Amino acid sequence: MAKTYNAGVKEYRETYWMPDYEPKDSDFLACFKVVPQEGVSREECAAAVAAESSTGTWTTVWTDLLTDLDYYKGRAYRIEDVPGDDSAYYAFIAYPIDLFEEGSIVSVMTSLVGNVFGFKALRSIRLEDIRFPLAYVMTCGGPPHGIQVERDKMDKYGRPMLGCTIKPKLGLSAKNYGRAVYECLRGGLDFTKDDENVTSQPFMRWRDRFLFCQEAIEKAQVETGERKGHYLNVTAGTPEEMYERAEFAKEIGTPIIMHDFLTGGLTANTGLANYCRKNGLLLHIHRAMHGVIDRNPMHGIHFRVLAKVLRLSGGDHLHSGTVVGKLEGDREATLGWIDIMRDSFIPENRSRGIMFDQDFGAMPGVIPVASGGIHVWHMPALVTIFGDDSVLQFGGGTLGHPWGNAAGAAANRVALEACVQARNEGIEVEKNGKEVLTNAAKHSPELKIAMETWKEIKFEFDTVDKLDVAHK
Amino acid sequence: MSQVQDYPSRISDPKSRKAETFSYLPKMTDDQIKKQVEYIISKGWNPAIEHTEPENAFSYYWYMWKLPMFGETDASAVLAEVNNCIKANPNNHVRLIGYDNFAQSQGANMLVKRGDM
Repeated sequence: MAKTYNAGVKEYRETYWMPDYEPKDSDFLACFKVVPQEGVSREECAAAVAAESSTGTWTTVWTDLLTDLDYYKGRAYRIEDVPGDDSAYYAFIAYPIDLFEEGSIVSVMTSLVGNVFGFKALRSIRLEDIRFPLAYVMTCGGPPHGIQVERDKMDKYGRPMLGCTIKPKLGLSAKNYGRAVYECLRGGLDFTKDDENVTSQPFMRWRDRFLFCQEAIEKAQVETGERKGHYLNVTAGTPEEMYERAEFAKEIGTPIIMHDFLTGGLTANTGLANYCRKNGLLLHIHRAMHGVIDRNPMHGIHFRVLAKVLRLSGGDHLHSGTVVGKLEGDREATLGWIDIMRDSFIPENRSRGIMFDQDFGAMPGVIPVASGGIHVWHMPALVTIFGDDSVLQFGGGTLGHPWGNAAGAAANRVALEACVQARNEGIEVEKNGKEVLTNAAKHSPELKIAMETWKEIKFEFDTVDKLDVAHK
Repeated sequence: MSQVQDYPSRISDPKSRKAETFSYLPKMTDDQIKKQVEYIISKGWNPAIEHTEPENAFSYYWYMWKLPMFGETDASAVLAEVNNCIKANPNNHVRLIGYDNFAQSQGANMLVKRGDM
């Protein structure tokens, strides 16, 4: 029977609260952590989130009746307490798949973290997780190459790869910068990286940097007999300029380029990922601005969502935090999102903050990159936490070596291989790290002095963004 | 500066050439190699052996020694093949591989013997 039009304001819950709804396999599912304003009921609030992130507006409009809103609306289908926090609760919302444009992660995010985040009836709201239906995953390009293809191209197996961000992050000339790259690569690193702040400043224009770094790569390859790369940052002020830099990188035959997916934007990132897939370039993704979005436990977007978003938008590497270094990262939560980057199917696991099963089907995986305040003493823990499919990036921990970058690189490489060898022999390397490294240092003066240099450096601060766990 | 040590790598010195995983570690004993074989087997991977003249080591494709040992679970048998390969190609680099057919990749790939250079 056709509905009649009644102007005015309806309670959201009348339309959008559907506790009996059974989500379909093709639905998008989202879990928001919500703190309502005083006097707003949980159901009304959850329904408001469903409405404001889908079809609803604050008042009824006559054009509502020209479509089947009951099909297109978001549905708040479940509410749960947040362990350890009485003020907040989880609101679970299901959205029909055709609310979102195929292959456009931008379209998804514009709805799910759009107006609703400024909605006055909420004190705070955080997007904890999204379940992307496999049917939608199949419409996204994903990583340009993925883990296996990168390993094949770089010819590196059975161990994490090693990297280093070149420092000082700003102010070096292109030729001196290339020198730092060459020294790291000849010493045994697989990759070096442009700092994210390095784009094309007056002291070092991008074209000069690209050419000197490429010479560094090529010479280090001849010298060591191993394949090397430097993440050339193509993040730029306009997409046109970004593509010009990527094109030049391809022309000089470099293996990998780099982009900042949040400051550069998801549209730029997805386009660049497509370019990389088409032109055989690996794509390293940095995540500047993520701390603004994901660190507050009550408001924003959890990093596990940003990781899913990047995997769908496209990237072969993504910074994941280190757990042990200078930057924020809870261990269990990190283990959760590195699974999200790499695995085909990630089951719901509340102990790691994963709210839904996620099926990526045949979409390639992204390699997590552990970077920030790590050095040789962290190696046993890093190998244990991240496993082989990772890049471990030692910036200060390479460049700060008392004998220079090459020795610092060699120290890290020896430490890494010693940990992998011991792990394969069945030794618990995290527990026996000191012994493993000390034995390895007997054959490596570079490692021995690195171990003496960084013995006392620790970053033991409490994590701000902890998983929600009961504490009473 | 007298305490600073030079990093002694040179293009002119073939000994500066590395060959990926474990090429920065001392040569493994037979016992150590056997433990690595056991690791490969415990992962359910298929052991394989490859070798090359050191001067051609940069190539993706080294010579296969026979065929990958599909389904082999006896570490001693794999170790014996490693030694057969070394004996037949005394000047070559030799590496031990674990083919992971589910990941369609190599779960392990390590240098077990450096060739003469």
